Amino acid sequence: MIINSQGIVNFITDNFIVDDYWKYLANGFLVTIQVTIFAFIIGFGLGIFLAMIRVAHKDLAPSWKTPSGILINILNKIANAYITIIRGTPTTVQLLIMFNVVLINLHNLKLVAILTFGLNSAAYMAEIFRSGIQAVNPGEKEAARSLGLSYLQSMSRIVMPQAFRNCLPSFGNEVITLFKETSISGFIGLVDLTRGAGILISKTFKAAPPYFASALIYLIVVLILEQIFHALERRVSHD
Amino acid sequence: MIKLSNLYKNFDDLEVLRGVNLDIKPSEKVVIIGPSGSGKSTMLRCMNLLEKPTHGEIIFKGQIINQEHVDINKVRENMGMVFQQFNLFSNLNVLENLTLAPIMRNHLNQEEADSKAIELLNRIGLVDKIDNFPNQLSGGQQQRIAIARALMMDPDLLLFDEPTSALDPEMVGEVLDLMTELAEAGMTMAVVTHEMGFAREVANRIIFIDEGIIVEDSYDPKNFFDNPQQERTKQFLSKIL
Repeated sequence: MIINSQGIVNFITDNFIVDDYWKYLANGFLVTIQVTIFAFIIGFGLGIFLAMIRVAHKDLAPSWKTPSGILINILNKIANAYITIIRGTPTTVQLLIMFNVVLINLHNLKLVAILTFGLNSAAYMAEIFRSGIQAVNPGEKEAARSLGLSYLQSMSRIVMPQAFRNCLPSFGNEVITLFKETSISGFIGLVDLTRGAGILISKTFKAAPPYFASALIYLIVVLILEQIFHALERRVSHD
Repeated sequence: MIKLSNLYKNFDDLEVLRGVNLDIKPSEKVVIIGPSGSGKSTMLRCMNLLEKPTHGEIIFKGQIINQEHVDINKVRENMGMVFQQFNLFSNLNVLENLTLAPIMRNHLNQEEADSKAIELLNRIGLVDKIDNFPNQLSGGQQQRIAIARALMMDPDLLLFDEPTSALDPEMVGEVLDLMTELAEAGMTMAVVTHEMGFAREVANRIIFIDEGIIVEDSYDPKNFFDNPQQERTKQFLSKIL
């Protein structure tokens, strides 16, 4: 096979330029990014909340009989069940259940995907945060309390900053997983990057160019995310 | 200053404290000794409620502090603690370690806290470490900074939980010197330690605790070591001296 510059131009033109074919990938990519960002926000917030419940439950174990202790106890049971169910079932099934059952009246596909991936990622992030919190030297929390800082003050100023540092590597991993996992959005008919590539194939009848193009786009974004997290890790280490 | 009344502490089925009564007066320097597992650290940790007693009362400056409606954070502001493992905040530098609590508890503003921290660091000879993080300091330096951190809150009582046990031998002296200095300045101190020299020279009261009860309580440290009254105390001292 002879490859010359004219051949490459023709190849790109036929597969991506004609009839604005590239827009299927570009628009799909935008959807993928939107779903990832908003799902990340939900996962991050809910993940921290779930982790705090589980840690507080452990910390406050001796005072279970007080009203706040009882509340924490109940919340902890819910959090545990939530994490078990989310981690124990496939994301694809969760997406289909959300679309066909739970959110059947919600006709915004993007929103269904955002909620599903956000709620899913929260369970994983909760476990990451929890392990990060528990890796902090408990003596430092005791020292903070012994100086008069409240539980929340010692968590926010001493424990959480260190926990965040501890769990940055696994946290970066989870963000990358979340980003790639959105590629199953096509199951509910949402046109993300992967589904955009599929539609493009139905126009050109050639599978390789759109799929490799979308794979390359995923890869580039992952490489960028890796760089961001490496930079963050360097910034927060004092060594 | 602080009074323990009929104090019991169980960890599940294990009875660690079995009816401790102790009244520490202002300016007393009390050294608490005893074999390992005797409950001496637990007793100290009960004083600022890092451990919650199973039964009994802790009265600090006239207030029963181990009951429901007491704001324990407010109480702890007046009761510093120094730990065996220093427990400096590893995400903060030396200056921030010192200023965090007085600022967050609204005792001082940033400027006041900074100048007080610098004054204290000057006093302990570590002002050049002000921007360092704890992992860049020796154990002795960390422990002196931990003491300074406790002093930032102007506590009425300082609790020391084996403050020199985790130190290399050549660093024990610098920490004991600082503690001696505090004692001479009139600070009320309760010290769990194995440093018998410090107990003999600096303490004005020695408590010997074993199996969760106070076996001997002496206001005459020199006599305590030379002439212990209880058989159990004699056995213990013969092993360690």
